[in-house]
Amino acid sequence: MHIVVCIKQVPDSAQIRIHPVTNTIMRQGVPAIINPFDLFSLEEALRIKDKVGARVTVLTMGPPMAETSLRKALSLGADDAVLLTDRKFAGSDTLATSYALTSAIKKLSEEETVDLVFCGKQTVDGDTAQVGPGIATRLGFQQLTYITKIESIDQGAREIVVHRRSEGGVQVLKTALPCMITMLEGTNTIRFGKMDDMFRAARYGLKTWNKDTTGAEETKVGLKGSPTVVSKVFVPKPRAQKATMVEAEAPTAEAQAAAAVEAIFGAQPKLADELLARAAAGL
Amino acid sequence: MSEPSKPQGRKFQLPEHLKEYKGIWVIVEQERGSVHSVSWELVGEARKLADKLGVEVGAVVLGADSPELNAICGDAFTYGADVVYKVTDPVLADYRTDPYTRVMTDVVNTYKPEIVLLGATTLGRDLAGAIATTLATGLTADCTELDIYMDNRSLAATRPTFGGTLLCTIQTLAYRPQMATVRPRVMSMPDRDDSRTGRVVEVFPALREDDVITKVLSFIADREQNEAQLAFADIIVAGGKGLGKPENLKLVFDLAKVLGGEVGVTRPLVQAGWTGFDRQVGQTGKTVRPKLYIAAGISGAIQHRVGMEKSDLILAINTDPNAPIFDFAHLGLVGDALTILPALTDAFGKRLSVNRLAG
Ligand SMILES: Cc1cc2nc3c(=O)[nH]c(=O)nc-3n(C[C@H](O)[C@H](O)[C@H](O)COP(=O)(O)OP(=O)(O)OC[C@H]3O[C@@H](n4cnc5c(N)ncnc54)[C@H](O)[C@@H]3O)c2cc1C
Ligand SMILES: Cc1cc2nc3c(=O)[nH]c(=O)nc-3n(C[C@H](O)[C@H](O)[C@H](O)COP(=O)(O)OP(=O)(O)OC[C@H]3O[C@@H](n4cnc5c(N)ncnc54)[C@H](O)[C@@H]3O)c2cc1C
Repeated sequence: MHIVVCIKQVPDSAQIRIHPVTNTIMRQGVPAIINPFDLFSLEEALRIKDKVGARVTVLTMGPPMAETSLRKALSLGADDAVLLTDRKFAGSDTLATSYALTSAIKKLSEEETVDLVFCGKQTVDGDTAQVGPGIATRLGFQQLTYITKIESIDQGAREIVVHRRSEGGVQVLKTALPCMITMLEGTNTIRFGKMDDMFRAARYGLKTWNKDTTGAEETKVGLKGSPTVVSKVFVPKPRAQKATMVEAEAPTAEAQAAAAVEAIFGAQPKLADELLARAAAGL
Repeated sequence: MSEPSKPQGRKFQLPEHLKEYKGIWVIVEQERGSVHSVSWELVGEARKLADKLGVEVGAVVLGADSPELNAICGDAFTYGADVVYKVTDPVLADYRTDPYTRVMTDVVNTYKPEIVLLGATTLGRDLAGAIATTLATGLTADCTELDIYMDNRSLAATRPTFGGTLLCTIQTLAYRPQMATVRPRVMSMPDRDDSRTGRVVEVFPALREDDVITKVLSFIADREQNEAQLAFADIIVAGGKGLGKPENLKLVFDLAKVLGGEVGVTRPLVQAGWTGFDRQVGQTGKTVRPKLYIAAGISGAIQHRVGMEKSDLILAINTDPNAPIFDFAHLGLVGDALTILPALTDAFGKRLSVNRLAG
């Protein structure tokens, strides 16, 4: 079994700052991390490897510095790593990104057929959740997003049973390999790497591919290959007013609570009516 | 808002053959006969955009033919649709990406809408990404605002990125349809007009179950489970690390109970195992929009904020008068959540029971 896990290197969103004058993102000094959602998928791939045996290849498209994320994934137990990097990919939207990544997955498949592709649910920077579905569609793989659990995987029958979160419940789905899976956050706990994997990761010779290596067409990548056009980027207007502080007559919790209840009911008379009506009805 | 769109150029000019694409569509999300409210919010929004453009609003309703599905088609008119594309086949009874994508791709190619909108839900995001790929067109994710730039009649879709720290406006100028997913509860719910009706276009895609690889073995509805239903709660009482220790979470539950609300938490509490992930509010948890959000011992980090700032009324309780949450809460109370929460539970309890005695 050959599993490809797509990971994206993203700025640590907890530390993003916006330049006050130019309204652009200040990346300097912001550490880059593996997109947190991708780790749930990587972990699930490693669990399949532990359970039924598999080769796990991690794939990222990004600038050369994205190599650090691949090494991190290797140190957690991935077997192989591909860095897809080319200036021609710059400015790709999700249609172009999924095309470029698919070209690399197809090339990997020539070496050893790919049975499963894992993606993160979404990223914390672009945040679109569109790249996984794009890859599945392009590869003609079954698409399984928002998976909460892999119930079973049968290599012989090439069957997989999963739980998929939907808005109103959980679908239990059975499908055939190959497929593309995105795991929901919180579905597993990410492991610590083993010592020998860490050493191997540091020395490992990554594959570095570009547009020509994968045979991606120039018109389908980068700005040229992207139907969407970002016409404006701006900082959300801060709310004009800070919170109105609830002032109590006495500094006791009781007085503060009473004042808070009055403030809430005063600000939301409709809500007060609803609550009172509900209480009156004995609900 | 009427701003000039991008300058003329290869990717910015709509090719002649795509100019016949007309009308705004909403793909109505129904699961087992019940419609996700975001679909009607979008029909209401599509109505406004369509009136600007002078085109029709189409609602696409997919599923197995049934009285429930007919009722949904009727509802689409009352919320503002002019045409309903009723696409029925037994294979469409449960949502699965592959048959839904095939059918939607065909229907779009046949009827050629210029704009296609879906809810940014588990179904909508799953389906939209697949369809945009088969149609090789642009898709703007998770929008919070839609507009038409009248100079070239294009859709301007505004969305948050970087966890809500930035907004950007995205257009798809040289491709059709223009696609977007929109967050639930961002657009307001349109008023029903029961006198409205319209055209029904029936589509029978003639699918074969044998051609669909993914099978639905079973469906476990949430109401049969014990999961928190934060997304639709009117009142949420939320606790953060300021509560100190797991036992104190009970204070939040007590207040929520008196108010008939749900309990939410920040991520550190989930990570520390105080409660399940289904209660996490924020960027990597749930997005909520209750009428009242009480935040106790929560600092107001951006990742939490983006999940709850659309609440109608936010009351923050924090010992630190400089906590960032006071920058965007509506009401603030500087004080110890451990004593104020029980006091609030009492105060609300009294207020509400007095009324019961009086009534
Ligand atoms: C402000 C802004 C807004 C944008 N909005 C849109 C938009 O609305 N529509 C649009 O089409 N594009 C948009 N883009 C472009 C988009 O962010 C890029 O195409 C991005 O490279 C991929 O999208 P994502 O980060 O949203 O990934 P997602 O689709 O959220 O990622 C899902 C998963 O796909 C995999 N993946 C994604 N990117 C890579 C990668 N480079 N290498 C390896 N695996 C990867 C990961 O497993 C990831 O978890 C926007 C860009 C910016 C800067
Ligand atoms: C990629 C990523 C995703 C994330 N996703 C989420 C998410 O979805 N949701 C989320 O919530 N967080 C998320 N976070 C975490 C987020 O950055 C913050 O760390 C988190 O929201 C802080 O939680 P908190 O407010 O409970 O704790 P703290 O920031 O520690 O704040 C505690 C507050 O309680 C106050 N306090 C202390 N004692 C008392 C008392 N007795 N009474 C009243 N107030 C008191 C303090 O003054 C302080 O303001 C994410 C982080 C990252 C990096």
